[in-house]
Amino acid sequence: MRALYFAWVRERIGKTEEELAPPENIKTVGELMSWLSGQGDNYAAAFANIKSMRAALDRTHVKHDALLGRAREIAFFPPMTGG
Amino acid sequence: MSARILVRVQKEIFDAAAEAAGLTEGRSDIGALVTFTGLCRDEGGALAALEIEHYPGMAEEEIRRVAVDAAARWPLEGIVAIHRFGLIRPGEPIVLVVAASTHRAEAFAAARFLMDYLKTEAPFWKKQHLATGTGGWVEAKAEDEAAAQKWRG
Repeated sequence: MRALYFAWVRERIGKTEEELAPPENIKTVGELMSWLSGQGDNYAAAFANIKSMRAALDRTHVKHDALLGRAREIAFFPPMTGG
Repeated sequence: MSARILVRVQKEIFDAAAEAAGLTEGRSDIGALVTFTGLCRDEGGALAALEIEHYPGMAEEEIRRVAVDAAARWPLEGIVAIHRFGLIRPGEPIVLVVAASTHRAEAFAAARFLMDYLKTEAPFWKKQHLATGTGGWVEAKAEDEAAAQKWRG
């Protein structure tokens, strides 16, 4: 699954996007964030406050308990500040 | 009833007056046109520029979704919603919302709804570049979330 990172999440991880291959037991968006936070200091810094993080599956906003299912793209970002 | 909906996400500056005029051109049935333009402030001289990052594809889709929702809530004749990304200097426009309807109440309400939702649902992030050379990401405001929340439920 393709992961995209935006704003300070992107800066802290140091990547714009990457291909993820999480273990089979990772079923939800929240579980994926917890797993990612253990993938290195940069990920730990990006996912330090998981509660405030936002996510989108295939370009649709989702909550943390959403199932990853067969989504092809997941994006992680801070609360939006447009307008 | 079908409102004309125009959504654009672009780097270039837009002409608010021209965009608004496009909604009423050749029409004699529109009685109300509400135009809102969000501009980049200089924060008392402290801000050199804003850098706006967006999620290409999703940004357009989210704005369109909000516009379609607005058209379902109020009898509108047309909507224009434009949001810029990239480097924006103080004084330049960032966002434009135009709502056209037969009467003013719907146009005012729809323009406000569009802005309230766009701020919290459309994937854009602002980074400040200060005149001192430093800067940082703008934090989401609780009052923006509260403004969007009041339309729900």
